[in-house]
Amino acid sequence: MTKPDDTNALEVLTFNLNNQAFALEASYVREILDLVPVTEVPASSPFARGLINVRGKIVPLADLRYKLGMEERPPTIDTRVVVIEVDLDGDLTTVGLLAEKVHEVTTIAAAEMEETPKIGMVWRHEYIRGIGKRDGDFIVILDVAALFSSALQKKADLNVHAGERHAA
Amino acid sequence: MKTVLSVDDSASIRQMVKMTLDGAGYTVLEAADGAQGLAQARSKTVDVIITDLNMPVMDGMTFVKELRKLPAYLGVPILLLTTESDAAKKAQAKAAGATGWITKPFQPQQLLDTLKKVIG
Amino acid sequence: MSTADPKKMFEQEAQDHLATLESALRDRSGVPGDRTLIDTAFRALHTIKGSGAMFGFEPAAAFTHHVETAFDKVRQGKAESSPELIALALRARDHIQVLIERPEEADARAGEAILAELGALSPSAGAASGASAASSAPAAAGPRTWRIRMRLPRDVLAHGTNPILLLDELCSLGSATVTPLTDEIPLLQDLDPAACYTGWEVLLTSSEPRQAIEDVFIFVRDEMQLEMEPMESVEKSQAGASAAKGAAPSPASQGAVQEGTPTGVQAQLKPPAGQPPAEAGKAKSRSAEAAKVASSVRVPAERLDELMNRVGELVITQSRLTQIAAASTDQAVRAVTEEIERLVLELRDTTMGIRMMPIGSLFGRFRRVVHDLSHDLGKEVELVTEGEETELDKTMIEQLNDPLVHLIRNCIDHGIEEPAGRQAAGKPPVGQIKLSARHAGTEVLITITDDGRGLNRERIRARAIERGLIQADAVVTDHELFQILLQPGFSTAEQVTSVSGRGVGMDVVKRTIEGLRGKIDLSSTAATGTEITLRLPLTTAIIDGLMVRVGQGRYVMPLSAVEECVELSPEEDVRTRSHSFLNIRGELVPFLRLRELFATKVPPDPYQKIVIVSSGGMKVGLALDQVIGEHQTVIKSLTKLHSSIEMFSGATILGDGAVALILDIPHLVEYGQMNEENLRAAE
Repeated sequence: MTKPDDTNALEVLTFNLNNQAFALEASYVREILDLVPVTEVPASSPFARGLINVRGKIVPLADLRYKLGMEERPPTIDTRVVVIEVDLDGDLTTVGLLAEKVHEVTTIAAAEMEETPKIGMVWRHEYIRGIGKRDGDFIVILDVAALFSSALQKKADLNVHAGERHAA
Repeated sequence: MKTVLSVDDSASIRQMVKMTLDGAGYTVLEAADGAQGLAQARSKTVDVIITDLNMPVMDGMTFVKELRKLPAYLGVPILLLTTESDAAKKAQAKAAGATGWITKPFQPQQLLDTLKKVIG
Repeated sequence: MSTADPKKMFEQEAQDHLATLESALRDRSGVPGDRTLIDTAFRALHTIKGSGAMFGFEPAAAFTHHVETAFDKVRQGKAESSPELIALALRARDHIQVLIERPEEADARAGEAILAELGALSPSAGAASGASAASSAPAAAGPRTWRIRMRLPRDVLAHGTNPILLLDELCSLGSATVTPLTDEIPLLQDLDPAACYTGWEVLLTSSEPRQAIEDVFIFVRDEMQLEMEPMESVEKSQAGASAAKGAAPSPASQGAVQEGTPTGVQAQLKPPAGQPPAEAGKAKSRSAEAAKVASSVRVPAERLDELMNRVGELVITQSRLTQIAAASTDQAVRAVTEEIERLVLELRDTTMGIRMMPIGSLFGRFRRVVHDLSHDLGKEVELVTEGEETELDKTMIEQLNDPLVHLIRNCIDHGIEEPAGRQAAGKPPVGQIKLSARHAGTEVLITITDDGRGLNRERIRARAIERGLIQADAVVTDHELFQILLQPGFSTAEQVTSVSGRGVGMDVVKRTIEGLRGKIDLSSTAATGTEITLRLPLTTAIIDGLMVRVGQGRYVMPLSAVEECVELSPEEDVRTRSHSFLNIRGELVPFLRLRELFATKVPPDPYQKIVIVSSGGMKVGLALDQVIGEHQTVIKSLTKLHSSIEMFSGATILGDGAVALILDIPHLVEYGQMNEENLRAAE
């Protein structure tokens, strides 16, 4: 995973989660699919509750809203799956991300990025790379690596308390 | 993974058979006479049997006849491992239900070739 | 691999035979003409002759052969027995002994002299007895074409002969066209499924001499009808082509179907004897060189993995085809689909089998380990093994070597007492370590049992409290206590020996076993012994599964774990709410409600099903909504996002494209039990 140079522009995919605009580095993205039937995995973390079939490959489906403390909403006709490849504890893994609406791949220049304020933020700042501005709107640029590295730590906790239903 | 039952009262022959077949990926069960061989055949699933003719307690000929009485062993190849090259003895063995024979002394490759012939 | 040397074993046996021979000869000298003694002597000679050549004692075998011939004459009454013969025989026996014990010292001329005298006493004793029919065929000039017609006796299958193998062997000699002769196949009601009615005509073009071709039938030659005639090559290629064309559209089945007599030949399609109509009209061309293939081939492991993946994908695609075909009314499509299903199943089995090896290869090495270690540590230990034929994936066997060696070391070092200590405890001075392996459902169980001093609970507990791993007053089960033993750095050893005691090994063992998705269980009785059980999953990537439905989700469980399925009526469902037990033919079987375990939201099916599975020697029922049916399942691993949920060993893609989770029965049961305990604790 190459961390893009902060002094340059960042190529991102922009999308919506619960009407809020987000972005993630385009280098992670492999493809974008329509929503397909999801198989729920019992006893799984709410972050990754399901599995989907992507052309014969079994791919976990993750809901970033859980990590960001946003409420879960049912899918709409605009819902898409953003298929990314991310490092999970040393394994390069294909994961699908639920997105309420996918906008475009665009570039955010360094000048347009602002520091993430430490307070006053709704979302956990360790998951955020920065705030971008696009057409006057704020876009929250997510740190995909951070989102998924903590996903596994929580998994380990879940194991110890197997049998109880923890909200991780 | 085929299982072979090797029956011979000579431990050195059994050892030779075992070493040859082990190396070729077969699973080898052993017995020192026909009675032991029958016990093995009854309790395990065997794909091919190799047996000597001259053995104490129960000789090879009787062993073959008894084996063919077991429903599970109808159609299972039975090879005689024998020093006898007598045609009459061979005919007698065939009548008892044997499938084929290997004459002693034999080379390991001969054993493998003959086994392949009857078991594929 | 066993370390016994057959050559040494033969030497020992030969000595026994020679001793028998000697006493028979000496005895005999008192009672001339005694038949049993002659037979005994003869058998001893016969065995030495037969086995000697195999183990490198050719001179001894050759010499014995001539002596045996002489004795054979006596045995058949064609020669007189006499004191001179006996004395000569004893000299011969001594000579044989030299040939076996110290062949380099043997005096060849003395041997010849003995044989010469034998020859004089019993006429034509020197003549070599019937050599086996040698196929001394002249080398063939070039390829010839033969027309071979063969008919095997009816009972040939019962005697273990497989006609397919004969045909395969024929075809491997050159290029061949095989046509079945079906005229003797009776109608279904008269058909004996264990009998062979089919004959074959084979047009074989081969450079092999006639003898080599006839040798294919060496075992059945006497009972069968075999006609072999050479054909002119030119005619053959045309005949071959037309035979191929002519044969192709009329495999026995189709021809018969068209004639409106399907039954007789339909039976032929699936006889237990296995004569697939696919043989018909197939032009097989393999070169003779292919027949001389090596008995084993080295293949890079990645190629095997790739092969398994391809086969896995084939299995998935084939199940989709089966689904589609099931909905079709086209007979031809359904028939072909069934055939493909059968072929894929066979392919799957063959591929799976490639990487499986018996664990005996591993066990064999340990004898040496035990021998050396007991010597080093001043203990007397014997190793007993069981279940060497149990098969595991090759990579698993390689990874098990180190952990097992370490566990055995621990047994000898800490478990088995010194001979004095053992005797004081009333045990035999030689300690025993038993290594056994067996399949149990979808697992392989490897146990290491010793009859040593057992695990000292107090000491472990004390050390654990010292380390702050448990509270001083905590109530800890044996299972948990022993698991603490497997922590890194933990050791109750008073002395660190060069071999063990540093506490370094056990956690590595645990990690390796867990890396193989296995578990370690320890159990022990103080002063009596310890048992360590390694539970390893069978890593076959394609399994026979049973598909079930819980709510809206479908799941697959290994068919090998399934014992039976019963129904749970609504009344019983209510009745067993608080204590989920079923009475199955007098046995109380506990069951888990998967709907609850999986937090299913949709309403339940009115009649729940209970699938009874075996797990760790126990029977447990799994209550679910529907049993769908058997399913060839390709196991795909779960990503790290889900792999820690141990009750699922993977996932698979179904024929309709949906994803189904694969249940790991032992972990599922464990999870269910813990869940119940937690619920009860919460009440």
